[in-house]
Amino acid sequence: MQFLSYLVRGISLGSVYALIALGYTMVYGIAKMLNFAHGDVIMVGGYVVFFAFCKGNMNPWLAIILAMCACTLLGVTIERIAYRPLRGTPSLAVLITAIGVSYFLQNSAMLLWKSDPKSFTSVVELPSLYLFGGRLQISAETIVTIIVSLVIMFVLIWFVQRTKQGHAMQAVSEDRGAAQLMGINVNGIISLTFAIGSGLAAIAGALLLSSYPTLIPTTGAMPGIKAFVAAVFGGIGSIPGAFLGGILLGIIENLSKAYISTQLSDAIVFLVLIIVLLVRPTGLLGKKQMVKV
Amino acid sequence: MASRKRKMRANTKTKITSFTMVLAFWALIEGIRLSGHLSSKFTGLLIPVCAYIIMAVSLNLVVGFLGELSLGHAAFMSAGAFAGVFFYTTAGATLPQPLALFFSFLIGGTAAGILGFAVGVPVLRLSGDYLAIVTLASGEILKNVLNSMYIGVDSEGLHFSLKDQFSLGLLPDGKMLMKGAMGITGIKKCSSFTLGIFLILLTLFFVLNLMDSRAGRAITAIRDDEIASRSIGINLTRYKLMAFVSGAVFAGFAGVLYAMNYASLVAAKFDYNLSINILVMVVLGGMGNVPGAIIAAVILTVLPELLRGFSQYRMFIYSIVLIVMMLFNQAPAFVARRQRLRLKFRTRKAGQDGEDGKEEI
Repeated sequence: MQFLSYLVRGISLGSVYALIALGYTMVYGIAKMLNFAHGDVIMVGGYVVFFAFCKGNMNPWLAIILAMCACTLLGVTIERIAYRPLRGTPSLAVLITAIGVSYFLQNSAMLLWKSDPKSFTSVVELPSLYLFGGRLQISAETIVTIIVSLVIMFVLIWFVQRTKQGHAMQAVSEDRGAAQLMGINVNGIISLTFAIGSGLAAIAGALLLSSYPTLIPTTGAMPGIKAFVAAVFGGIGSIPGAFLGGILLGIIENLSKAYISTQLSDAIVFLVLIIVLLVRPTGLLGKKQMVKV
Repeated sequence: MASRKRKMRANTKTKITSFTMVLAFWALIEGIRLSGHLSSKFTGLLIPVCAYIIMAVSLNLVVGFLGELSLGHAAFMSAGAFAGVFFYTTAGATLPQPLALFFSFLIGGTAAGILGFAVGVPVLRLSGDYLAIVTLASGEILKNVLNSMYIGVDSEGLHFSLKDQFSLGLLPDGKMLMKGAMGITGIKKCSSFTLGIFLILLTLFFVLNLMDSRAGRAITAIRDDEIASRSIGINLTRYKLMAFVSGAVFAGFAGVLYAMNYASLVAAKFDYNLSINILVMVVLGGMGNVPGAIIAAVILTVLPELLRGFSQYRMFIYSIVLIVMMLFNQAPAFVARRQRLRLKFRTRKAGQDGEDGKEEI
């Protein structure tokens, strides 16, 4: 029973990772860049929800929609100012800029909202679920997070495979130059990807903080990096892979916290990344790609 | 032939500039110290400055010359620091001081090099983004492991534990050597500024000569075009590892130097933020530019101490420096604009020289 409760908690954490990893994998798959600032967009989304909902007593739905708008705007602006001018340069340049953006967001938050932790009230106002005669408690946040990330995954798969914009995304992902020749607005599609990814980050932020209610300017950094690990684990660029990787990583982290060591759980998560990259660099559901000259 | 000559001159110029700069810095500081005007605040900064210079130059080898982003350079520093200090406080106590110091540096550098090799072998076959994230991950792993490592010694020998102090089962005569997050305490401080300068010169000698050799040219060729360099028979893994592991070894030296300047050593000091600080030094100095990295390391270590009142803006300014420098130096639009401006300036100057030359005389 105890194992089951650890497992459920792991799945709950994992679905938050999955939600963040979905945003990562979209951006990585289409813009071919590692957006280090993704985790910090989550943090900004968290602060918006905090001020709108926890402080301003706004309706939780409205607060999340507001945060989504703010994050979408932020994501698109970042892409326009910092990443787009560097398109076509070596990945090193873009990566360093992305780290700069991540630091910029963290330190702006530090200056604007100070570094004292803010305690977040859950946006989910439902009672917990009790199973096996009350011996297994599943919080409403857990259930909502799992459902939300599942729904978003299916919507994203539908969007990418069935809509015109989605087809354009696939084309840009496969060959940017050829897509441009076919009349696809490559910059527009990449902006759209950033908009979707950042909008998802706002939802992820609200749900992450509902389960783990301490909000500081570096809240997003660790989950962001772990979600990247999840995305690599599942196969970067693959939407179901990001979901699967997130869930598995959450379970691994929670079980190692419970049975091995609290302090070493992060180390174990990162060890998983290194092992995955050694054994199967394309991840669980990733496709093998050939590099051509 | 002519271009080859010019290129050699450029390399020699870099060498002369770097060595002169470091020696001048040493002479300047020693001069101020002899005249008694060096404040205690700056005396305390001298060894960290040396350590950061070595870090920046060695990271430049990986980021600037190899063109791969390492986000775990602090981890190599940490590995070197812990290995070197651990040796120094245990076995080193029985040796004469200079020999103990020498072996501490040797062991620190070797430990960092082994870690670099262990991290490098699996990931250097992968693309750049993965390398960045794996170096970050290994830095976090090392920090977590060191943070929960307990080592004690008693008459039965060494005891290890990853849990807590009591699970070591030390005998009453035992002594704790490493106390988890508290790290190693009671280190005899034995770093000196002159030792730091010597290590900087050693690093410069190695790095600049490496870059001037066949191996160095192979490394920069890999940076410029991986596929092309493979097609002309350059062994990618070998040269990538060479740059990566040598960078790690020097980071290990820097770690020992840095750690021996303080009475206690904790793993939390060598975190992701430190890696980023070093990266900012490399980027500000200009990637692949060794004298630039040295100047940037000095400025970025001393300036925050002078501007204590702005300490909360420090990282904020660093982040802007990173973004602006990258856009300014790498974005095609900016580079083209800069080249146009330079061209315009040159032609105007040439025109002026031609027309107004006589009037000026």
